[in-house]
This record gives sequence, structure tokens and C-alpha cells, in this order.
Amino acid sequence: MEQQQLYTVTVYSENHVGLLTQIANIFTRSFINIESLTVSASAINDVHKFTITCFSDVKALDKITKQIEKKVEVLKAYYYTEDEVISREIALFKISTEGLMAIDAIENLVNKFNAKILEVNRQYTVIEKTGVQDEIKKLYETLEPIGILQFVRSGCVSITRSKYEHLSDFRLTIDDF
Amino acid sequence: MKKKREKNVSISGSETLLKSLLEEGVDTIFGYPGGAIMPVFDALYDYRKELNHILVRHEQGAIHAAQGYARASGKAGVVFVTSGPGATNTITGIADAMIDSTPLVVISGQVVSSLLGTDAFQEIDIVGISQPVTKWSYQIRKVDNVSWAVAQAFHIATTGRPGPVVLDFTKDAQLATTNYYYQKCHSIRSYIPSPKANPENVRQAAELINAAKRPFALVGQGVELGNAENELRSFIEKAQIPAAWTLLGASVLPSEHPLNKGMLGMHGNLAPNLKTNECDVLIAIGMRFDDRVTGNLNEYARQAKIIHFDIDPSEINKNVSVNVHVLGNVKTTLPAVESLLKTAKHEKWIESFDIVNQEEYDKVIEPEIYCNREAISMGEVVRTVADATNGDAIIVTDVGQNQMMGARYSKWKSPRSFISSGGLGTMGFGLPAAIGAKIGMPSRTVCLFCGDGGMQMCIQELGTIMQSKVKIKIIILNNKYLGMVRQWQEMFHNKRYSETPMLNPDFVKLAESYRIKARKVSKRDDLEDAVKEMLAHNGSYLLEVDVEKKGMVFPMTPAGTSVTNVILEK
Repeated sequence: MEQQQLYTVTVYSENHVGLLTQIANIFTRSFINIESLTVSASAINDVHKFTITCFSDVKALDKITKQIEKKVEVLKAYYYTEDEVISREIALFKISTEGLMAIDAIENLVNKFNAKILEVNRQYTVIEKTGVQDEIKKLYETLEPIGILQFVRSGCVSITRSKYEHLSDFRLTIDDF
Repeated sequence: MKKKREKNVSISGSETLLKSLLEEGVDTIFGYPGGAIMPVFDALYDYRKELNHILVRHEQGAIHAAQGYARASGKAGVVFVTSGPGATNTITGIADAMIDSTPLVVISGQVVSSLLGTDAFQEIDIVGISQPVTKWSYQIRKVDNVSWAVAQAFHIATTGRPGPVVLDFTKDAQLATTNYYYQKCHSIRSYIPSPKANPENVRQAAELINAAKRPFALVGQGVELGNAENELRSFIEKAQIPAAWTLLGASVLPSEHPLNKGMLGMHGNLAPNLKTNECDVLIAIGMRFDDRVTGNLNEYARQAKIIHFDIDPSEINKNVSVNVHVLGNVKTTLPAVESLLKTAKHEKWIESFDIVNQEEYDKVIEPEIYCNREAISMGEVVRTVADATNGDAIIVTDVGQNQMMGARYSKWKSPRSFISSGGLGTMGFGLPAAIGAKIGMPSRTVCLFCGDGGMQMCIQELGTIMQSKVKIKIIILNNKYLGMVRQWQEMFHNKRYSETPMLNPDFVKLAESYRIKARKVSKRDDLEDAVKEMLAHNGSYLLEVDVEKKGMVFPMTPAGTSVTNVILEK
């Protein structure tokens, strides 16, 4: 069995109802757990983009992306290793302001973790951190002793290290028809 | 682009559906009415001359009949069913059509759109349920979308690798009116039905075949779906490549073609299975390396370079890693590669198939089709029908021993002559599929081989035969067992016949109650006469044959073992 590692799957599709479940089903059928999922409009007009991360291997993802592309409303699906994409997640932390003051560490937090303070009041402070999963995890561990009141983390968004959005290749081939 | 427009003609969504179907060349519909599809059936009342509706007895019968119709005629099968249970009853057949690449357009009624999501009477999320087993599934909620959706549905169902499409049609959209307008769909931005082969791959494929000493072609239904039978013959004849077929590719090559070396797979012929692991170049043409064909993949054709012709990119490297793939419709890719092929002979290699197949003939085939055991064997029934129909009939089977016997011992001269549930293995498929096949190809004789078990899974369709006056020949191979399961129990479960013996009804009386002529044969001496009588009868005929209770299908490659692990005898 090939080594499992974190991959990012990007899917470009028409913006039609019901596609999300169909794509998710393809992962389910192969018993692959989706680690994170974001769906939004892409840089191309009328084209939606799914960014999905999962632990898997090349062989499985080769099959899965072809199965995804088989869906009539899907334009194209790609998969990338971590090195091939730049990925970010966003996390929001709600901490008791009192606790935060007690350790006198705000400055350090903001500078060291490159985090942002979104809101401060007497009761709580909301901190925003954008970064890779590990950075968010480290910040979480740092803040945990103070007491995290609420924590939320987004799915992953990724951009490839290639110059253009990959779908433009597909567009060229479509014009041939 | 040709546009058809009828100005200022406001008609209902239901009538729009029917007119759209006519635009797509539909003349036959299989269906069953119910509350949520009633406006469509009401509109159909005025279109009875143009659209022949076959009233089935259960929606599963409608979907399998549509499959049989599509497989025999090459056109999309069309089904009308109501919402809720009407729609869910079609799911088995839709899944069957998906895995066997059969073009279907299924139109299900749906509750009025204001009730959607309220658990209304007979409301079901058929789009959600059917999505994993359809090429496309769409809910028509607005009358203005009807003709667009029908055009998309036919384009998707019939192009590329064909498959089933579901259109879920809300009752309010059926009743609302619109200005009728129809435009056929020729392309969809996100859908590439037939990818183009890479010229470099075409060249590499030809190079491999030209260098081969022991080439071997595996032929599947893709050839039939691409109407590429002549291209295939020309291809294998030029380089003298022996060929074998998958279950669904049974009638692609004429049975008597000198390069046709028989059937692949678990109950296939001996030479095709053994030679898979002896060839040096394996050429898969419109087939998908199903596990019933390959057995254990770790011991499958490891010595060979493999070339895969297929229209569906997701089939490439799915089960078997290949050296060269040639994407696209085999109708164009086979000639492309053939043009680069050198003529070749491979006489000894071809002869080696015949030597191995002779061993199977002596040990398995002859004792089965010219049986001298006391009871009638399944194989001799199939052989008797094959002799009497001279290879001209469409053979339909149900699933199990009857299916393997029907595939092994029938003869064919022309394509689209063997119809069986391959991928899904749906018992109950046979009877309605035979009805559909006959309606799709009325000029041809249609013979169904069915077991006593499968016959009873859609036996209600005898009523469809009666009402629609369909003329099919039903041959029940009655061994009073669920034969294939019993065979596995005998071989792999210590003869513990758990829930396989069947207490059956009197099939002859049952058929007669549906006004279908019927006869039962228990003695070998009566068999030929009965088959002749069946074929001569102008109408449907049910022939029940008492066959050996514990008949076996051999050869057999047990599931999960190598293709060379062939068991010939008990």
C-alpha cells in the first residue's frame, strides 16, 4: 500500500444544486474521510471551485478525480500534494479578556503568531489567525491554559504554484469541439 | 443550427414533454400511471397514435423492459412512473442500466413544488436517491425548463458511454402552460462524451501489436455501443488476433468467426482464460476488466503488455494498470490503430486456442449439450433452441445458471442479439427485458432463458405480454432450486443447501391464465418437438423444462482466484 499523505483536491464545476453531495459521495464510496471542504465561486465566471483535503494516495486519488470528472456538471478535477499548493486556513479564538491580561502576553501573541485582534471588550477578546494547520494548532496550545471560550476553524483554501488557474487548459480543449 | 419554433402556441408542461419526446424520435414508452404523473398520462391520451405506451404490471418491469428495448434497438428506453414508490421501484433497473451502460430516460412524477420537502403523500427525493446510479438526475420545477431538460437528458443518456437519466417532473410544472419551443442539445460545456485519442498513444498501440507474437483481444459491449462491429472484425482480421468476449460482448462477433475463441470470465471458455496469462499483448476493446472477468488481479496477465481502448477515462487503470490507453469511441479509434497495423498471421498461436478449447469440448461441452444423463441438462435446452433458431434470435437471459448456459451455448450472427444483466446481476431482469427487446425489434425472434427463481421475481409481467400482445418465447429451466447459489453451496459451503430449494407454482397453468400458450417438458424425446412448436406458434409461448436438479455450470474459476485456476469437472 502506498504512503498516505495529505492531498488537496480541487474541483471546478457548474454552480448547480446537488453537486456537493454527489462529490462527497465519491469520497464516501472509497471510504476516504474528507478533512476539510470549502466551496465558493472561482476566478472564472460561473465556475465554482471545491477545495477538498484528505489523506490518501496517488492511486486512489487518480480514480476519485476521474470519477468526479465523470459527473456531467463537473468541468475538471485535480489533486495536489502539499508542496504543490499554497494553503491557508482561518481560525477564530474567543478568550476571556481578564485571562489574557493576566498573562500579559497580547503583544507577544500578535507578533509571534502574526495573529490579529478583531474585537476586545471587558468580557472577551476575539483573535483571528490565518495560517497553515500547524500554526493554528500551536496558537491553540498557547491559548489553551488561559481558557478558550470558543474556537472555530475554516476549511482549507489553496492556490497552486503554477502560474495560471489550471482550468484554463481545459477551456482550450473545449474550444476544439 | 436548426431551430424549431411554434409561435404563440401555449401548451401544458405535460404536452411539452410528449412533443419533446417526439422530437427525439421516441415512439415507445414503458410506464405505469399514478397520482403525481396523471397530467402526463392525460396528455398521452391525445398522443396514443404517435407514442405507443406499454402498460406494465410493476415499475421494475417498466425499467427492465426499457433496458431490453434500448439494448436491442440502440435507442434510449423511455419510462413514465409516478412519484414515491413508482419512482423508487425503478431504482434497481436504473442501477442496472448505469453499470451496463444502457441509455434510458426515466420521467417520474413529483408532488407539486409547494409541497416539496414537507413529506407530502408519495413525495420522495428521487433526484437524491438516483444520483449515485445515474449519469444525470434533474428535477423539473418550472414549465419553461421542460423541453430544455428533455433535450439535455437525451444528449447525456445517448452520447459517450451511455447511461440512465432521471427527470423528476413536479405536478405543477406538468399542469402549467408555456410557449412550446424545442431545440436539440448537441453539447454541454462541462461534458466531454467522447474524448479524443492521443495520436502518440495510437502509434504506441499499433507498435505493440505489430511487435506481438501472441496478441489477444478482449471484446466488450463498447464495440456494440459504438456500432463498431465491422471495424472490430477488420482490425482483428488484419493482424490475425484471436478474440474472446465478455458476457455483454457475446454477440459482438459472429459465433462462427474463425477468430472468435469464446467467452471470458468465471464461467467462460477454457482457452480465453488460460491464454490471458500466456499472451504477450492483451488488447482490451470496450470492456472494463470486471472482477468476474479478471479473477485475482495480482495474477492477471502479468506477463503481457496491455492496451485498453475505452470511451470512459475513468475506466483506464481502474482495475488493471495498462501500458497504453486509447481513449474514444472504438468506431474511430480501432480504424486509427488499424491503419498503422501490419498484416500478420499468428497461426500457431491461434491454433493453440483451439487445442485447449477442444479439451473443454470433450470434458464439459459435449456432455452438457448432448447429454446422456437421465434428466435433461440446461445446456442441451439452450443448444436445442440455438439449433432451431439458427443463430438468428435475440437471446435474453435472467441471472444465474440460466444466464451462463444461455451465454455459453447460444449462437449469434449479428450484434445486439444477447441481452443480460451483467454488472448488477439483477434476477427478475429477464422477462421484462425480453418484452422490451421484442418491442424494440419486432421483426426478430426473442427467446428468454430463465430460471424458476428469477421467473418469479417479475412474473407479473406476464400480464404485460397479455395486454400488449407481445410475442416472446419463454424457456424456464426449472431445477427447483436457486441453481447458481446451490452450485456454490455444493462447491464451497459443504452442500448445506440453505434456502435454495424452491416450491414452485404450476408455470403452465399460470401462463394459461394470462392466455399465454404453454407446455411442460420432462423427457428428452419431447424437447425438440416442444421447441419447434414454441417457435412456430404465432404468439408468446412459455416452455417449462424440467432440468437436472443439481446441474452445474462448468468450467468455473472460483471467485478471487487466478484466471488459470479453472475447474472443469466436479
